Amino acid sequence: MTVATATDWTRARPQPGWLARLFDYKPFLVFACLLPACGLLLVFLTYPLGLGIWLSFTDTKIGRAGQFIGLENFEYLLDDPQFWSAVFFSVFYTAVATFGKFALGLWLALLLNNHVPFKSLLRAIILLPWIVPTVLSALAFWWIYDPQFSILSYLAVDVLGIRSTPFDFLSTIWPARWSLVAANIWRGIPFVAISLLAGLQTISPSLYEAALLDGSTAWQRFRYITFPLLLPILAIVMTFSIIFTFTDFQLVYAITRGGPLNSTHLMATLAFQRGISGGELGEGAAIAVAMIPFLVVATLFSYFALARRKWQQGEAND
Amino acid sequence: MTDAAVQASKAAVAPDQMAWDSRTRRFVTIYLPLILFVIVLLFPFYWMAVTSFKPNAELYDYKRYNPFLIGSPTLAHIKHLLFETAYPHWLVVTMTVAVCSTVLSLFSSVLAAYAIQRLRFKGSQYVGLGIYLAYLVPPSILFIPLATTINQFGLFDSPLALILTYPTFLVPFSTWLLIGYFKSIPYELEECALIDGATRLQILRRITLPLAVPGLISAGIFSFTLSWNEFIYALAFIQSSDKKTVSVAILTELVSGDVYQWGALMAGSLLGSLPVAIFYSFFVDYYVSSLTGAVKE
Repeated sequence: MTVATATDWTRARPQPGWLARLFDYKPFLVFACLLPACGLLLVFLTYPLGLGIWLSFTDTKIGRAGQFIGLENFEYLLDDPQFWSAVFFSVFYTAVATFGKFALGLWLALLLNNHVPFKSLLRAIILLPWIVPTVLSALAFWWIYDPQFSILSYLAVDVLGIRSTPFDFLSTIWPARWSLVAANIWRGIPFVAISLLAGLQTISPSLYEAALLDGSTAWQRFRYITFPLLLPILAIVMTFSIIFTFTDFQLVYAITRGGPLNSTHLMATLAFQRGISGGELGEGAAIAVAMIPFLVVATLFSYFALARRKWQQGEAND
Repeated sequence: MTDAAVQASKAAVAPDQMAWDSRTRRFVTIYLPLILFVIVLLFPFYWMAVTSFKPNAELYDYKRYNPFLIGSPTLAHIKHLLFETAYPHWLVVTMTVAVCSTVLSLFSSVLAAYAIQRLRFKGSQYVGLGIYLAYLVPPSILFIPLATTINQFGLFDSPLALILTYPTFLVPFSTWLLIGYFKSIPYELEECALIDGATRLQILRRITLPLAVPGLISAGIFSFTLSWNEFIYALAFIQSSDKKTVSVAILTELVSGDVYQWGALMAGSLLGSLPVAIFYSFFVDYYVSSLTGAVKE
């Protein structure tokens, strides 16, 4: 009788089912948790990356399995002026656009770091070019660069009277290149400015006060306080910016499609033209693989910047 | 005493003068450049909006109409877009793909971030580093081999191909962001729950996730905007007109012939930008914190 009451009091603790116990077994849990992410990345990122390198050594075409042909694709590309023009334009585009984005973005970040009214609204508005799908804003730029009805030509010719003929944005080589760079800078400024603003806000105001007491000029405060403390974040943002500018595709594809005279092809658009539109998968893959060395250099840059930041902060591991 | 008076009057004048001086100075050095920045950054959108509501007669006649203003606004371009093209269909496809890939990548990155940050197994650091490196592989070098992979799986020309490939750039970013958020949640809370007999998954569902909601929202809207913006995969993997996403469809279906329908093109761009812009405006702060958080990590 007493035993019976005792069992009534202590309700048997529900024994978890085998499934629950399996999911509480740590090695299995780790495996199960990593499975979706790693599975997706392995199947759709690592495997294609390897496959791309393999394809670049074959003469695969769309609808036909290729044969291993060694370095033939690369040898062909080495003699191809169009490839070299794409390499040149990719480097030029990345260098000039990155410089422009960072100069203007840093300036904008410094402006926003002051006390200005409606700061959060401003910040929200400024990010818009970054939010809106690139192709759609590129179309707006295409319309702005229209040979006949360009609004910029209207401003210059009819309103200000600086020029007598409309601008010729996209039909000759160098203006077309500069127009693309300008569109890329326009799109990149917000990201740079907002990230650098976050970096600026972490700098302690007491440093500036101390420098003011020591009689520093504005330039000195920028050169010896702002810039060094901003450098780590600058390096990371720049790495991302360089990688994604170098491999840009959308702007060029939407505005010029590589023309005039194939002078504005980036490596990515050339790879698309040869690989997907032209069906020469092997050759396209070779062009894509040729981008990898540039990306590795940019990544190493990021890695060393990170290492340096850890050393500065004295963190052992993070 | 006169000295003192002079000094006093100087002191009275000087701050005033300085205030005036610094106000113009402030205007020239801060507000003027800021205004210019805002004008330049917003002008393409203004131009897009103005063009999409202008009748064709005004659109191509700058002599008689001021191009910056709309004389007689019209909905003709939007009507053309909605009723005479497959535009609504493209919007639905884009929305479906963006939502599905966001959900899929949030699900897998929450689990991955939890495993890396909280379960602390041997080599978790290297898995984290690997996922970070995956973020540095841009789609432009993957689309050709991915196209053949998609073909092998029989997914070519199916929106499922996009839903499965978008996580390749969403998962690394979201995982990295969520690792940062999980790090900020005190481990003691989980220990308490462990002592009370909760299983690991219960802890994740009942304790860690509710505390990481801001992180989840940030990762979610970032993923949504990224997948809405994606272009190259959608261009390479989808062929039939009614399965295209908005950005690809506008460029390949609406741009045709020598005479571009600028009104319709701009209306299409405007409509395609609006959902993501509205979505973004609700969560600006989360978006900014995710952007800057990811950079700082």
